[in-house]
Amino acid sequence: MDIPYTVAPRQDTGLYNAKVGIWLFLASEVMLFGALFSSYILLRVGAEPGMWPHGLLNIPIGTFNTAVLITSSVTVVLSWAALKTHNFGRFRAIQSITLLCALGFLGIKTYEYNEKFTHYEVWFADGRPSVTGHIDGAGRFWTLNTLADKKIESITMHPDRFHYRIPSGEQAKLAKSGTVPEHPEPIKIATSEIKRLSAFVPAHSTYFAVYFTLTFLHALHVFGGALVIGYLWGPGASMWKTDPDRFTNRIEVSGLFWHFVDLVWIFLFPVLYLL
Amino acid sequence: MADSHDISKTVRKYIIVFVALLVGTAITVGMYYVHLPSVAMTVMVAVFIASVKAFLVAGYFMHLIDERKMIYGILGSTAFFFVGLMFLTIWAMHDFPAHTFLGSHVP
Repeated sequence: MDIPYTVAPRQDTGLYNAKVGIWLFLASEVMLFGALFSSYILLRVGAEPGMWPHGLLNIPIGTFNTAVLITSSVTVVLSWAALKTHNFGRFRAIQSITLLCALGFLGIKTYEYNEKFTHYEVWFADGRPSVTGHIDGAGRFWTLNTLADKKIESITMHPDRFHYRIPSGEQAKLAKSGTVPEHPEPIKIATSEIKRLSAFVPAHSTYFAVYFTLTFLHALHVFGGALVIGYLWGPGASMWKTDPDRFTNRIEVSGLFWHFVDLVWIFLFPVLYLL
Repeated sequence: MADSHDISKTVRKYIIVFVALLVGTAITVGMYYVHLPSVAMTVMVAVFIASVKAFLVAGYFMHLIDERKMIYGILGSTAFFFVGLMFLTIWAMHDFPAHTFLGSHVP
């Protein structure tokens, strides 16, 4: 049985069915991310003045990842244009760059996540200001319970240059003044002095709960999109021989999803990394 | 088969948009290091640049500049509900959940 309107447009909509379908799906995605963004706005505005963290994410890496995703967006549309000129070889070559970009993006995100899972904050029992940094010999996700389980009596911490509560503008001024050493001296902290120990994980704070929720959901979209693009690049490409117009439409539809994923990142990047 | 002249013109357009997106990203990041006088201005400029980039992606890569009415209809209703959602946030302006950043508070 032939499925109608996979290539020819319907008279009432003027579009082939898959295109209407993907736009309806993207509309639901706008509402999904919109709800999360509005939650972020509420949480951010509701935070006590000066409490929202600054400078906790690696901006050069985030910028590079943004460029990777933008590159993948242009290669997707160029591969579709190659099919429009019936150049299947060019399509495959360009779309392989898209797949490499998708893998690159996810690889870099994994690296960033891992960095956070081994980055710690220590809150002191006597109420003095908390310290952030890396702990000698610590693995991922350590807490005060981990120290107790491992019978660790003290930890050596390599503090960050600046605490995240110092606004980025002030951090830059302090860095310029040269009054704060680039690599502060390591400090030894007795376990008995620690009130709370947390890696930069969702449980650390509202900021990281928001960061991981939004970026992980986005990464899942990248993964899903890459799976579809990979299928159409590999086994699914056999349709090109039997029904090239329908195959071209499939590439267009998968491309529309991919561009949406890029669009979401265009807003996520400045909101989470820069503001 | 599509007119190869038309396609090459379209491809040129895609490349221009690609470069514009990279430039937009560079400006946004540059702004972070320049440190504008106020947070409000930083937010406004960042959201403006992101919106221009979003327009370029949606308009050219997703071909929204030259689409059928049906798609505009779907997007119009989405925009209506999206704006409504954001209005709910603004509506709650006097009823924000307080102390939402718990970083320094030990539960």
